[in-house]
Amino acid sequence: MNNLINLLPQVFQGLKVTIEVFILTLALSMPLGILVAQGRLSKNKILNKITSGYILIMRGTPLLLQIVFIFFGLPIIGITFDRFPAAILAFTLNYAAYFAEIFRAGIVSIDEGQYEAAKVLGFSQKYIFFKIVVPQAIKRILPAVANEVITLVKDTALVYVVGLDELLKVGKIASNTEASLMPLLVVGIIYLLLIAVFSEVFKKLEKRYNYYQ
Amino acid sequence: MLRVEDLDKNYGDNKVLKGVNLTIEEGEITVIVGPSGGGKTTLLRCISALTEPDNGSIIINNKYLYKHGKRAQKKDELEIRMDMGLVFQNFNLFPHMSILENITEAPRVVLGVRIEEVKNKGKEILGFLGLSNKENSYPFQLSGGQKQRVAIGRALAMEPRLICFDEPTSALDPSSTGEVANLIKKLSVEKGMTVLIITHDMTFATMVADRILSMDNGVLKNEHMYI
Repeated sequence: MNNLINLLPQVFQGLKVTIEVFILTLALSMPLGILVAQGRLSKNKILNKITSGYILIMRGTPLLLQIVFIFFGLPIIGITFDRFPAAILAFTLNYAAYFAEIFRAGIVSIDEGQYEAAKVLGFSQKYIFFKIVVPQAIKRILPAVANEVITLVKDTALVYVVGLDELLKVGKIASNTEASLMPLLVVGIIYLLLIAVFSEVFKKLEKRYNYYQ
Repeated sequence: MLRVEDLDKNYGDNKVLKGVNLTIEEGEITVIVGPSGGGKTTLLRCISALTEPDNGSIIINNKYLYKHGKRAQKKDELEIRMDMGLVFQNFNLFPHMSILENITEAPRVVLGVRIEEVKNKGKEILGFLGLSNKENSYPFQLSGGQKQRVAIGRALAMEPRLICFDEPTSALDPSSTGEVANLIKKLSVEKGMTVLIITHDMTFATMVADRILSMDNGVLKNEHMYI
């Protein structure tokens, strides 16, 4: 019990890093995902090819590898990042690819008739996209976005590879020094609590969109 | 009110419209009948500027929407479009908006009418359509016939001169055919609307029409095989 209390300050430090990576990645990868989705939907062939290639690379290689490449690989060609920005950059690029595909799926799922009805009424392209397509797309993609967000909470553990002391690493070190599984159990419960909170948030969001079908 | 001159439309080698000519006078209810694949829907889509014709002209309220296959300029196009309303076969209501919003959004956003004013007018239209108690409902809560009336109301709210219907009876059960016919006649009589209807429902056509034309193989004819 005493050991556990001594452990708490480190656990909170680790939790802080985990949450920072989580929030920054979400805040940056979602807008980037919207842009990439636009590229994938664009009629411009070059833009389409570029974004398709980007998505293939980001989804086709392990995130761990991408972090390693950005932090240890890019300095070879003269581009250097600190640990934390390197991790955020890798996470953002990776998650934007997944979000882009989810957003794209949501947008193309909207029936052509919605565009046509809006066009006949004289709505502008901008209005049609933001007020007719996006609200309906959000309702449809919420479960998929929730999946990504939950995966992200656990993926943050990968930043250990650039030497950042996130939650799971703190637990592992404590577990080794004390030769006990207790610290790992503690961090496991913290992950679970975090994800329970986010699941609840998404449930509420889905409920808010339940007023129509 | 509406004039179509020598309208052509091809999809590859498939000639869908072969020089269609059509004139509709103000206040008239015109019905175009004919088998599916005969080009009726393509004609209606061209008149609504949803499909580009290859050649020919479309003149709505004395303004060219297409002149010899060339589309009107962007700013004129919007103005020409506003003279024309379309009620889709499957209505295409906006599912995330209430019934009143479905009707008031376009006048509010596109025409810039004040919110109180569009709301009052929207309620008046819902009253005309017998939907006064539905203003806060959402499309999924309505029956097919009610959805259609909302779609009509949405078109009416823009105060068009011409209103077009694509297969208005196909998504409804047969018993409501008479109701739709009566409503469309009421539009013509009470609101002075010019009406163009595309259908293959002959019973309905004879109920509602001032004039019936038939279309097959991309050609519009004044006579039709059913009578």
